[in-house]
Amino acid sequence: MNKGVRYTGMPSLEELQNSPGTPSLERIEKGSVAFIECVQDIPCNPCEKACPFGAITVGNPITNLPSLDEEKCTGCGVCIAKCPGLAIFRIHKNYTDDTALVEFPYEYYPLPQKGEEVPCGDRAGEFVTMGKVSSVKNPKAYDGTSVITVEIPKEFYKDVRTICRKGMK
Amino acid sequence: MKKTQTAIIGAGPAGLAAAIEVAKAGGKVTLIDENGRPGGQLFKQIHKFFGSREHRAGTRGFNIGQQLLKETEDLGVEVLLDSPVYGLFPDNIISYLHQGKEQGLQAEKIIIATGATENPLAFPGITLPGVMGAGAAQTMINVNRVLPGKKILMIGSGNVGLIVSYQLMQAGAEVVALIEGAPQIGGYGVHAAKIRRAGVPIYVSHTVKKVIGSNEVEGAEIVALDNKWQMIPGTEQVLDVDTVCIAVGLTPLTELAWMMGCEFTFVPTLGGHVPKHNRDMQTTLSDVYIAGDISGVEEASTAMEEGRLAGIACSESLGLYSPEKAAELKRDVWNRMDTLRTGSFGEKRRDAKESLIKQSIGGLA
Repeated sequence: MNKGVRYTGMPSLEELQNSPGTPSLERIEKGSVAFIECVQDIPCNPCEKACPFGAITVGNPITNLPSLDEEKCTGCGVCIAKCPGLAIFRIHKNYTDDTALVEFPYEYYPLPQKGEEVPCGDRAGEFVTMGKVSSVKNPKAYDGTSVITVEIPKEFYKDVRTICRKGMK
Repeated sequence: MKKTQTAIIGAGPAGLAAAIEVAKAGGKVTLIDENGRPGGQLFKQIHKFFGSREHRAGTRGFNIGQQLLKETEDLGVEVLLDSPVYGLFPDNIISYLHQGKEQGLQAEKIIIATGATENPLAFPGITLPGVMGAGAAQTMINVNRVLPGKKILMIGSGNVGLIVSYQLMQAGAEVVALIEGAPQIGGYGVHAAKIRRAGVPIYVSHTVKKVIGSNEVEGAEIVALDNKWQMIPGTEQVLDVDTVCIAVGLTPLTELAWMMGCEFTFVPTLGGHVPKHNRDMQTTLSDVYIAGDISGVEEASTAMEEGRLAGIACSESLGLYSPEKAAELKRDVWNRMDTLRTGSFGEKRRDAKESLIKQSIGGLA
């Protein structure tokens, strides 16, 4: 059992459920939305200004957890590359009847190609499912942080958070 | 002997920020560093910094270094490189080596910003080639672009251990495991989460029992610890690694302050013995200021703010700022620094700093 990020390096289900950066199940059903997996009171706030719709609030003190206004969030994903902790993801659960989209930051080379079938992993980097790369964004404004979207079987939207690195088991 | 108004020893984030503040106030600054390039550890920091977005959070460390260097150049700060300072003597005389020759420099004010050094950890096999400080590995990959090994064991889960593990993977190595003696991860969860997503196991309550190999690292035996930090027999496992990196904390580099005669106090939270100092970063010697990790181990962002503070206070004491103007500038820096020291990670350092400043004031002129 995951006792929490301080013990395992992975936020636990409970930590995520209690985080103001996690959207409600109702909102997740409605369409693309940000998941902010930042559960510790660290002094950091670039995400707040990154959102063009004002959907992320840190406020004062700067150690507040980022809070997501899920009605304002359009699921555009521009916050993903702005988080220095690489802790923001975008989930589009009902992308098709069977598939979901998961978008995440990625700072390793080589980058995958659009359309490529890739092994997708969970928060422990363990293989979960194969997925198809639907976009790879790496504009100059992202300052070296690539943002990758994979299309995966819908049931894994809560688990998949990365692609398994090449050469990994 | 060569003379200057303010000499700053160490051109890392604290020293650069201090130099910028003194030069901005109209002072003449000489910045001295033992390395061939200024910037200290900043140019090794390829990750995006945390903090407040008003103060370059989200910017990668080496880019912050470039900005600081450009400012020092624009302001005409004199920089002496390849110049290790080996002694500080009465009348503010600084002795350093340059091109094999001893040199002297006399300053009205001195700011010591020498940083910190990595702590060692003793275990059988520590002398084998392939065992190194995490900072050394980071220099190899990010400055010299040499991979120290292919299969790494990282010891220590503070932010240094977590970040260097991540960067070793970015450079193409595999991090086989990260171990931590304490029952909890020391650094930020988001840094830990990044390496977990890359498949790195983190073992808390574990230490290294020995490193195996005849002429170089060929493996490492790790073992679980009980709640009294004793090895639990039977929990040993051997990891197939060729490199062992040690990231078990830092100790302030204080030799020059000791030599000068600054009074010290011992603060474990801040890394050990640190020179007493007041809210102006002034030591018990009125002409000597400190900034950055020498005054207590923290992060580059706080080091820069402390550098600014020392620079402003030093300028004030030189008469370059009125007390009112200096007070206003220092207040802004303190507000930013207090912000960086909030939250469960920063509070301990803030409390330690506050009590250090409080107990130091009695000893100050």
